[in-house]
Amino acid sequence: MAELIDALAVALKAGLGFQAIFLALLAIGINLQFGYTGLLNFGQIAFAMLGGYGIAISVSQWGLNFWVGVAVGILAAVVLALLLGLPTLRLRADYLAIATIAAAEGLRLLFRSVSATPVTNATRGLAGFNNEFVALAPWDTARRYSLLGTRWSGAELWVTAVGWVLVALACLLIWLLVRSPWGRVVKSIREDEDAVRALGKNVYVYKMQALVLGGILGALGGMIYALGTGSAIPDQYQNANTFLAYAALILGGAARVLGPVVGAMLMYFIIQFADTGLRTLITNGVIPEGLLSATDVAQIRFVLIGLGLILLLVFRPQGIFGDRREVMLDAR
Amino acid sequence: MPADPTPGEPASAGAHAASLDPAASGGAPRLVARAALRDVPWEVGVAKPDPAIVVDGVTRTFGGLTAVSVDHLEVQRGGITGLIGPNGAGKTTLFNLLTGFDQPNSGTWSFDGRPLGKLAPHQVARLGVVRTFQLTKALSRLTVLQNMLLGAQGQRGESFWRALVPGTWRTQERQNTEKAMELLTRFKLDRKKDDFAGTLSGGQRKLLEMARALMSDPKVVMLDEPMAGVNPALTQSLLGHVKDLREQGMTVVFVEHDMDVVRDISDWVVVMAAGEVIAEGPPESISQNQAVVDAYLGAHHDAPLTVEEEDRVLAEAERSIARQEHADGEVIGSDTRREEDR
Repeated sequence: MAELIDALAVALKAGLGFQAIFLALLAIGINLQFGYTGLLNFGQIAFAMLGGYGIAISVSQWGLNFWVGVAVGILAAVVLALLLGLPTLRLRADYLAIATIAAAEGLRLLFRSVSATPVTNATRGLAGFNNEFVALAPWDTARRYSLLGTRWSGAELWVTAVGWVLVALACLLIWLLVRSPWGRVVKSIREDEDAVRALGKNVYVYKMQALVLGGILGALGGMIYALGTGSAIPDQYQNANTFLAYAALILGGAARVLGPVVGAMLMYFIIQFADTGLRTLITNGVIPEGLLSATDVAQIRFVLIGLGLILLLVFRPQGIFGDRREVMLDAR
Repeated sequence: MPADPTPGEPASAGAHAASLDPAASGGAPRLVARAALRDVPWEVGVAKPDPAIVVDGVTRTFGGLTAVSVDHLEVQRGGITGLIGPNGAGKTTLFNLLTGFDQPNSGTWSFDGRPLGKLAPHQVARLGVVRTFQLTKALSRLTVLQNMLLGAQGQRGESFWRALVPGTWRTQERQNTEKAMELLTRFKLDRKKDDFAGTLSGGQRKLLEMARALMSDPKVVMLDEPMAGVNPALTQSLLGHVKDLREQGMTVVFVEHDMDVVRDISDWVVVMAAGEVIAEGPPESISQNQAVVDAYLGAHHDAPLTVEEEDRVLAEAERSIARQEHADGEVIGSDTRREEDR
């Protein structure tokens, strides 16, 4: 029983940790693009990578100020969004999906290539760029703190606190936007962009705004991740993360302000709980070694997530917060 | 959809008109538009006294197919112009060209003297030319009221930064909501205002789309088959609404297949076939027009067959029947016989 509570505590820490924040910010961006505007961005991780590397390169390679690094990261995300959007947003939705997925993979390969070593340090990545950020913490970052039955280092706690403030601000921004006439136009574009054009709205501009803002949110997520891990390695930014963020969004409920946040928290909670829980059950002999070994757990937990998502789509297609009436309209 | 060949007959259509147009209020604007067009000759490409839209030499080809090739066309301001023609005549393509949804290979067209060529759809709409679609585009996962509010023009809250400060758009939003509710009441959709548009029936969606277009205070309303797939009762109410548009001084262009409807409400009818305008005139003139009858029914539809031709056709039919019986064998042959017995 005590072990179960331990597993819960560890899972809770994962659900509140910087990885969950990273996923939440990615998913909030995707929610604006996909959930509200109907844009298929399959390369959200590219924006996160630019955010993370924006700080990493600026600080450890160019010796710039931390805040300049933040600005560089955001600017890079804006440029990427414009580059991807300019040619594809006038076309059908699929073209953006193709362009973004290719850009995400291409950028990662570029960053890890040998020829990029002088800038990105290739596959070995960059480290030691978050000292300035950690020094900003109002508490002693060298100490360890006990919170909700889990242990946090001071630096970890600081990244997490800043991260959740960012998530809260992002949610506030999205909430303000989607209840405004701007949000109405964007949602209408999701439904039928020709109808919106016929009513005198410049659809292209709205799509671009959504793409850029979603990209910036992705970049902020990448920054939190880079600051949390204290390093930036290209292979951390596998495009699987984009789809994990989509899964989190669908779990929480698309086109809902808090959907992506709760989805991301739950996702990490479940992954971590399955991980710790299964390992405990195996070491205690409840699950016989022949059936499942501790090394299989890493894979099995994603199988469980997949299974959970399938069950969710069957029994609750709208996700946790979604409106079933709204989702069912699609079936017509 | 053949035209009724006898011009004076449609007493039923006249009765509809009378019931919907109380002579005192409704009749007048129609008479104005009619009077303006009375002396206009019934010719293709004829000049109108007060044209709102002028089309010159517009062509659009898709590969080898010429979908639209209109030399000259003028649309009278403040009137209802019906655009008819058989399927594939290029009516919808012309609509798309006029509203910026498609770009022509050549030609110019203007609205109120302002050239519309090279304008994007939203720019055309902002000038006051609003269209509806053949396949209704209700925004399913928005409520009926939100659908309506989308139609309003010049909304401050639609700009990204001002959207974040509700104070800048709240008053305007309230005014727009009032206007939307008035329109919804007129179109009898006010009780549906909080329902998702996707739950409306086909006819209600047509009504919603028209009402939404009116939210933008258009000068020209272009309706692409407003009555398609709508039950007769609703058709009457839609007709009434279209007439109301003219009453309010708007110019209406609509595509329609139902000749009763066309005769009932239009002041002027333009007939297209194979991409070209083949006839123009008041609705009464159209069903007598030889070019129109040919376009709808084929040029030789009522030419008598000669004896030789008849023999040849009969012989051919018999041959094909015989061929089929040989090929299909006993089972089908017996089936045919049984059917003949019956």
